[in-house]
This record gives sequence, structure tokens and C-alpha cells, in this order.
Amino acid sequence: MFGLPLAFATPWLLTALIGLPVLWWLLRAVPPAPIRRRFPGVVLLLGLKDDESVMDRTPWWLLLLRLVLVASVIIALAGPLLNPAAQARSDRPLLVLMDGGWASAATWRQQSEVLEARLKEADRNGQTAAVLQITAPELLAFQPASVWAERIEEFAPRSWRPSALQVAASLDLLADQSFDTLWVSDGLDYEGRAALLEALSSAGSVQVLQAAEPVVALTDMQLEDGAITVTARASVDLQAALDLQVVGKDPQGIERVLSQGRLTFDGESDASLSFSLPAEQRARVTRVQIEGVSSAGAMYLTDDSLKRREVALIQSNSAREGLELLSPMHYLKQALIETTDVIEGALPEVIPANPDVIVLADVATIAPAEKAELLEWVKGGGLLLRFAGPQMAGSDLSRLEEDPLMPVRLRAGGRSVGGAMSWGDPKTLAPFDPDSPFAGLVIPDDLRVTAQVVAQPDPNLADRVLAELSDGTPLVTRKAVDQGQVVLFHVTANAEWSDVPLSGLFVQMLDRLAVLSSRAEDETAVMQGTIWQPIQVITGQGRLVDGRVLSGARGQDLISAALGPDLQPGLYQNGSEQYARNAAAKDEDLTPYRWPASVPVVGFEKPSTVDLKWIFLVAALCLLAVDTLASLVLSGRLRGFGVTAVIAMALAIPQPSDAQTAQTDVSPITLTDEVALAYVLTGDASIDEVSYAGLYGLSDVLYLRTSVEPVNPIGVDIERDELAFFPFLYWPMTANQAMPSSAAIKKLNDYLRSGGMILFDTRDADVALGGRSSPAGRRLQEIASRLIIPALEPVPSDHVLTRTFYLLQDFPGRYASRDIWVEAAPPDAELVEGMPFRNLNDGVTPVVIGGNNWAAAWATDTVGVHLFPVGRGVTGERQRELAYRFGVNLIMHVLTGNYKSDQVHVPALLDRLGQ
Amino acid sequence: MSAHPQLRRRAEAAASRFPPLLARAETLANTVLLGEHGRQRSGLGDDFWQYRPVQAGDSYRMIDWRKSAKTGAQYVRQKEWQIAQSITLWVDNAASMSYHSQKDIVPKSDRAQLLALAVAILMIRAGERVGLAGTTLPPRRGDGQIWRLSQALLETEETRDYGAPEARAMLPNTRALFISDFFGHFEDVEQALYKAADRGVRGVILQVLDPAEEAFPFSGRAIFESMKAQISHETRKANELQEAYLQRLQDRKAALQKLARITGWQYTCHLTDAPVQSALLWLYNAMERGR
Repeated sequence: MFGLPLAFATPWLLTALIGLPVLWWLLRAVPPAPIRRRFPGVVLLLGLKDDESVMDRTPWWLLLLRLVLVASVIIALAGPLLNPAAQARSDRPLLVLMDGGWASAATWRQQSEVLEARLKEADRNGQTAAVLQITAPELLAFQPASVWAERIEEFAPRSWRPSALQVAASLDLLADQSFDTLWVSDGLDYEGRAALLEALSSAGSVQVLQAAEPVVALTDMQLEDGAITVTARASVDLQAALDLQVVGKDPQGIERVLSQGRLTFDGESDASLSFSLPAEQRARVTRVQIEGVSSAGAMYLTDDSLKRREVALIQSNSAREGLELLSPMHYLKQALIETTDVIEGALPEVIPANPDVIVLADVATIAPAEKAELLEWVKGGGLLLRFAGPQMAGSDLSRLEEDPLMPVRLRAGGRSVGGAMSWGDPKTLAPFDPDSPFAGLVIPDDLRVTAQVVAQPDPNLADRVLAELSDGTPLVTRKAVDQGQVVLFHVTANAEWSDVPLSGLFVQMLDRLAVLSSRAEDETAVMQGTIWQPIQVITGQGRLVDGRVLSGARGQDLISAALGPDLQPGLYQNGSEQYARNAAAKDEDLTPYRWPASVPVVGFEKPSTVDLKWIFLVAALCLLAVDTLASLVLSGRLRGFGVTAVIAMALAIPQPSDAQTAQTDVSPITLTDEVALAYVLTGDASIDEVSYAGLYGLSDVLYLRTSVEPVNPIGVDIERDELAFFPFLYWPMTANQAMPSSAAIKKLNDYLRSGGMILFDTRDADVALGGRSSPAGRRLQEIASRLIIPALEPVPSDHVLTRTFYLLQDFPGRYASRDIWVEAAPPDAELVEGMPFRNLNDGVTPVVIGGNNWAAAWATDTVGVHLFPVGRGVTGERQRELAYRFGVNLIMHVLTGNYKSDQVHVPALLDRLGQ
Repeated sequence: MSAHPQLRRRAEAAASRFPPLLARAETLANTVLLGEHGRQRSGLGDDFWQYRPVQAGDSYRMIDWRKSAKTGAQYVRQKEWQIAQSITLWVDNAASMSYHSQKDIVPKSDRAQLLALAVAILMIRAGERVGLAGTTLPPRRGDGQIWRLSQALLETEETRDYGAPEARAMLPNTRALFISDFFGHFEDVEQALYKAADRGVRGVILQVLDPAEEAFPFSGRAIFESMKAQISHETRKANELQEAYLQRLQDRKAALQKLARITGWQYTCHLTDAPVQSALLWLYNAMERGR
């Protein structure tokens, strides 16, 4: 229209513009209404004539203003649209079909915006619409498109891709209907896509919306030679780089990025990147993710395969006293201590701990019962690593028939080569066989073996040899026992028989052996018949959520079955083992789908249609305000106070006010000058009010009874406000408390570290009895898990809180639970005879955690009337009094620290305690 | 049952206004220091003035025998002339006087009553007799008269838009004080003043105006009405009228000034937002001068 890309939703309304000239004439004809003024001086006016009567009419510019105003309203109501989409009108309903798998997740936001715009446009065209997500097919509901435009935000990508089953279900839903299709595709091929396209084409026109960006997924993560190798796959050949993050828990248990790296696609669709992490850190890795891509495919969870292995060391007779370097265990310990958790002890104690590896160094005889247990353990997937030695050589172990816990039969006595009393030179190692797990390890030249136990040449010996000496006698042999294995080093674990334990090769060999995952052997067989409980599942957009509410999955399904609502990618647990099923499989097929030329494919460019209705309406409103002012000025009504009123109105244009600007009322100067009790603003106004009233009541009591004279309590927004001014924070927990940002967490940790105290109050001691968890309690756990909080214990009876001002043993609030937790006393604190309490002269507890709803017990209004009832009758009043005393003690503890913990006070306290 | 159920309430309401007005008037009057103003002429009075030798025409009764016996010559004892002056007040109580343009500016009537009463108090303290123009309250002396005056002043008349000076029943050779906005018919003012002047009455014209009446700060389309809406004037652009209005006001003031000069009266204009003390001081001096 008018050469502009402008269109109107209801153009016939524009005919109202014809009425404008009439309005002009009317406005000109009717002068503004006069004001009646009482004025005694009127006698002097009698007979005076006005000048020319030009000004009796509304001035032309005001007329114009009003005409523009009316015109704006008319145009706005006509629904002007800038850049309207020139689309062929269709009278068929619109079907929005979404692939809706994780492959669309990265562009989901753009997709939603585009869909919203398209649905609004369909609504303007009077089309009804339905939305179908293939990954979660539901019955089609054709509704006005505006309804779907509002609901489109509710759709979220799923963490699986459309499966054949879901495509079939969708096809059923779509059958025998007529509609136009807008297919939001992730661009990847999957089984049934062609069939679906055929069905849609027969139902009406099809248009495809598809992101231009390729789909990238992390498909594999392997631990190779101590390095984590992450493999990523793209749907097309890429020339790009992605930032990868290795995420894990730090020693405090807080999740953080352990390592970062740049994964470069070099013109291919596959790329991999290795992260070399210290073994200790590697064991804490929980996942790898592509930075900035929120998709389930851009996240790879790790499971047991990166965990530290537990190795139990058992030697022949631990009672032997000897030189450390001669101990068979010394070199083993040195080799293992870095990378594994070493357990030492006797067999009966070790087996129940179910270690991954048990090392027997020169152990020849094992009690039958223990042997049975050990065998059971090996069969269950354990790795038994045995070393030879004088005792083994001298025993009859595995002599005549093969011991189940030995890989080979042994000849009697062993042999000694290259010694003073023997023929020949000491032997060195033969190169490793390519099939051996040791393949590729470099053998040092100076490695010598002077003695060994010798295997009987049984028929199966050749299969079991992993390493042999230069003369062909086996050095390391292995036998599989069900799911486990037994490995024998034919030399000692110390340097008596060979140099092997002294060399770096020893560590590498152990690593190769210990790294061998039992699952890698025959995963399917191991998983057969097991049920795995999901712990965390990945949402389509790559967030981890609690999966405990979902039902368990069968082991074999976990490995091979297609993902779907019943088998979501995530971390699964069975006993102590964990298994991660990731969204993208190792051989995930990310082939792009080639659309037939007949199907139009467009990208996610948002249609640039701009609804100008509101611009015109707002313009009309502004004009109305100007007109009002102008009319007032012209009619002379705008005088004196009128002017000031208008100016005041202009100044009082509502500022974006925030109810939670509590701290800004009080200058930092005042805060450094005065003590103020502070509470954390929870965002729930009623709770914040109670907190304020509670601290107000407590401040009053402190003022009356102690030399602490606090100013009015202050609400603190932990996200924005400086905490350093407050010695004490009261933090009522709510179940829907917002999670503090990481900046706020850092601030809180700084606060706690620098001597601040937070009183966490879950306010639910009436319902959460006996440690039962409540929503607020769980929220507290989530928040506190990110704070640096030391070990806690229930308030001991000799805690300094019990005597900082009043002598107390209970700390009731509105509820009288005794579950109050404070920082645990150091374990070495001892009660000295004759003293009423332990000598705990250290620190102020940074947190006090309870659920007694103290603020409600303390709460008063400004004249001191209690706001909440506590208990009943006199008992209740006593409880309130005790609550106040707890408050006083708490604030005294905060302000005086462990002063009352000093032993100097003992005599006085003893006196008061009546002893 | 009373025939006038409202009478008592109205009386109380009216009475409740007395003390403030009276008190304010007295406070105001106290700001003017009274000196002794002897007439410095022999006349009928109580205070001794002088002895003079008997002149031809003096009756024997006039000879002061004691003085004459002491000196041998005959003397006449003269007393200072102490005739008490009568002062007639006229305070316009028409509806136009109740006008005030803004909330914090008092009505003209209030200012007029205050000034009149303050002058009355000063005069009564000086021994003059003060009364109201017309026949309602003839001049008398004494504190009781102050009370009666204040009562009479507050009886506002609301029926007329503009007041006309009352020149009836004026005692000859007395003094008068006319307070009004003088927006009424100028002929009435002229007539009253000529009549008064004919009887030898001298006095003061005090024109009390509101600042809005002095400045005419109006604009836009307006209908101006008198307080009783008996007169109205419509204009489409009030600010255009300002000049003409001010000119006419100036003319009215000049006419009053001229009239005063002719009749030997004194004239001033007082605005209600001006300090009241200065007006009272001027009034008092003017009243003294006119003696």
C-alpha cells in the first residue's frame, strides 16, 4: 500500500477516515467551553468588546493534533502490518510438525520464535492450527492458531530422536485429514521420514523449516593411555572449532569446569580431542559438553569407566619385619598409589569391600573358605593379580592340576638364570606380541630377569601368555574366569628376582592391566538381566534433571535399545555401578536428509512482519496527553497550582521501582556505624515481612536487655547487596527459593569465610520431625551444597551458644524442635575432668541450621505486639521467652565470638550452674 | 419550640467569630502607640488650660474668683477644649467584598472589617466616639461600643452585589472612614461624599482590592460574573481585556482621588496581600490629620 510494505488486517475500518473532515468542521464550529469565573471587577469589564473573533475557535494546530489523534486510533484499529508476508491464502488448517529431538535443541529458541510468528500469521489468515511433535506424538487438536502461538513455548525438545515407532504413531494420527504442513526439521535423516513426507504431501502443501547450522553431537569418550579422548560428529563436513568443557566435581564437591579444549573439525564430519588429566582429577569427571550448545547431543556423561579403581594388596605374611625396600608390596604401592585407591588388609576383610583388583604377592596358601570367596569374587568380574616368589616356588600350588586361581600349572622349584650358581646370562624380555595388552610398550634394554617360576607347557599355555622372556618362557600369564580374570607375574613384586618392578615398564604394565574394564569384555553379557535405575537424565536441551522418579531400565536395553520416553539418556545405577547412556550413540547416524526439490525449505529467518497497531495506539495516547495539556493552557485553566501539578505529574512518571531496594535506604556509612540485623530477601513478600518483624522484635529485646543496640533490620538481596556490613544474616528457606547465582555464592562464601554467620531457618520443624526432609530442607541442601560449610553436628550441650548471655539448653522458636545444627567441634576436643565444657577456643560457627521458625516467634509490630502465637498459655510465653533468649545468645555469639568459651569464665559459670 | 430554630446556633456561630476578630483588631491596634494629643485650644473640657484677663463680653460667672482675689486683677480660668470627636465608620458589606482570588489571601471584607475595628479601638481609646454610618449604631464611647461595633460589622449583607456609601444621619463636623472596593456606582460615592462634605464631615476613603482585581491575570474563554451573578460578561480571550480593564481601574482610582481632593478627604488603595499594619498606620495618621 502506497508503495510501502504495509497492509491492514481489517482495511474496511479505514473508511472511518472519511469522517475526519466532518470532525474538522465540528471542532472548528464548536469553540472550547468557557470557564465561569466569579470576579467583582466585572463591572469594569462591562461594555468591553473582544477583538476580532478569530480566537474564539480552537487554534488550527490543536485541530490538526486532534485529527491526527483520531486518525491514529482509526489506523491502529485497522491493524497495520509492516512487511506483511505475501503468502498464498489457504483455507486448509495448518499443521506444525516438529521433529522435536535433541538434534533440534540447539536452535530451539529461534524455532519457537519463528513458529510463534508463523502461527500468528496463520491466525490473521483465519486458519486453525495443530502442533505435533514426532518425538512425543499426541492427538491432533485443531484450534485457533493464536492459541497455539501462545502455547508454542510449552514445547521442549526431547532427548531422543524420532524413532520408527514414533513416526508410525505420528502417521496414524495424521491419516485421512487435509491440512497444510509446516515441518520444522532438524535436517537429519531417520527411518520413516520419507514415508511421513509422502503422507503429508498427500494431505496438503508442505513447507520445511530447517536450521542452516549443522548438528553436532559428542558420540564417544574413551580413556586411552590415561587421556580422555572425546569424539564429536557433525552432520556435514565441517571446517570449524568448538569449545569443549570437561566438567567434574572439585574436592569440595562443587561442580566446575576441570578442563577446556578446542575441538577442531578439519573439513571432516568427525573430530576428536584428548584431555590429559591427572588420574585423580580424571576420576572426578562427570561429563563433557560443548560450550554454548544446549542440546542433549552436546553432552556426554561419564560413568564408572573413568572412576578410580580400588586395588587390594595382600602379601604372604604381614607380620614379617624387614626392610621397606625388600617388601614385595613397596613397588606395587608406589606404582598404584597415584592412580588407584589402595586397600591393605587380610583377605576376609578385603573381599567384602569388593575391590576391582586384588593383588596377591607371593601368596601360596589360601584358606579354603577364603579361596571359595575369592573365586566367587573373580567370577563376578574381579581382577586377581598374583606375583610369584620364594613361597610360591616352594609350594605345591598349581603343580599337578591347575589351580582355579592360577592361570597356568607351575613346575616345581622355579628356575634361576644368570646367577652365580647357574648357567647362562640373565634373561631379558621378548618384544610384546601385538595381541597382548602390553603391545606397544617399550622394553628398557637393561631389564634383567634372574629368577622365575616356570609354567608347565600345557596345550592352552600359548593363549594365556601375555609377555615372555627372550628365551620364550612365559613371564606374565592370564586366564579368564567367568567374567573375571587371573593374572600371574612369574617374578616377584620386588626386585629380588628381576628388575621389572624397578622399571617404568612395570607401572605401564599394571596400568594396562588395571585399565582393562571388565565391561569391555562382553558388555551385553554382563548387563543381561540387570535392572538399572536412572539417577540423572538429560533433557533435550542438555540439562541434567533428577531421574529417580522414572522407572528402571533393563541392562540389555540400556546398551542397545533405541532411546525414547521409556529409556532416556542419562546416568543409570545398579548397585554401586554406574552406567551412562548418552543421547548420541558411538555410531550415531547424522546423515542429512535430502529433501525432494518439490518441497520448499526455508531457514529460521523470522518473518519481518511488524504489527504497527501498538505504535499507533501509543502515539494516539501521547497525542491525547499533549492535547489535554494544550487545551488546559488555551482555556487558561492551567494556572498556579495547576502548573505545579502538571510538573509534579511529569516528574512522578512511575520510576521502575523495586520493592526490594531495602539496603539502599540505608547508607553504608550508617551500616558501618551501627549494628543491623539482616535477613535475606526470599522474594516472597509475606516471608520477608515476617523476617523483618522477627528481627525487629529481636532488636528490641537486644536493646532492652543487652548493650547491643541494633538499628532497624535490613533486608538483603544476596545477588546485589554488599554483605560485609552485616555480622548476622537470617535466611528463611522456602521451597521455591531462587538458586543464588555463582557470583552470589562466591559472595556468600566470602561472607562465611570472613566471619559472618547465617542462620538458616527451614521454618518447618512442625512437620519435618526426626530428620524427615521437607521441600524447604531440600532446597536448603541444594543451596548449601554450593556453599563452603564445614562439617556440622547437632548443638552439643557444651556449645558456646548455650552460655553467651543466657544459660540455655533448648533453642525453640515458634516450634520447639531440637534439631539445631552448628559447626562440628574438632574431633580432638576433650572434656577435662571437673570442667563443665570442653576447651573449644576456636572460631564462630559460620552457620546455624534449624527449622524452628524463629522469626515468627520473635516477630512484633512497631509497638511490641507479638504477631504470631507461640504454644499455649504460660508454656507458650515461656517458649517465646526462650526463643528471645536464643536470639540474644546467637547475636552475642556472633558479636563476641568464643569469648564465653574462654576458661576464665569457668568459676563464674560453675557458680551460676550451682556446682 | 423556638420560632427561629437556627437563631441560637447562628448566634453562637457568629459569637464564636467575635473574639478572633476583636482580638486581632486589638492586637493590631496595640501596634500603634498613642501619644497625648491635646487640642491646644481653650474650650469645654475638664483640664486647666490658662488664665486670661477678663475681656469685654465675659460674664461675671466666668471670672475665676480665687485667682482674681490673689492678684487683684480679674482673670478668667479657661479649660482646654476637649470636645470628643465623633467618627463614623462605613464598611462595605456587599457581596463583592467577600471575594478572594486565592486560598491564602483573605477576603476583602475580612481585611476591611479588621482595619475598621482596629481604627475604632484606637479612636475609642483616645476618647473619641465611634459609630457606624446610618442609624443603626450612633457614635458612642467606651469599651462596650467596641463590642457593639464588632457585632455590627460582622452582619454581612449578602443580597447586593455592590455597596453604596451610607451618608445619612451623619453628624456635622465629624469625621468618617469609608472602606469599600468602590466597584459600585460611582455616582453613589460622589453623592455620599458631597453630602458629607456639605455637613463639614472630613474623612478617609480606603479602597480595598484583591491582587487579582489589581492585576487581572486571566486568559482564555471565560464568563466573568459578579458575586451574586447579577452581572456577567463573556469574553473569548480574557487576556486581551487586561489592558482595558487596568485602564478602567486606573480611571476609577483617579476619580476617587479627585473626589477626595475636592471634598477634602484622603484616599488610599490597599491590597489584601499587603501587610495590614502599614494600612492601619496610614489610616490612623490620616484620621489624625483630618482633625
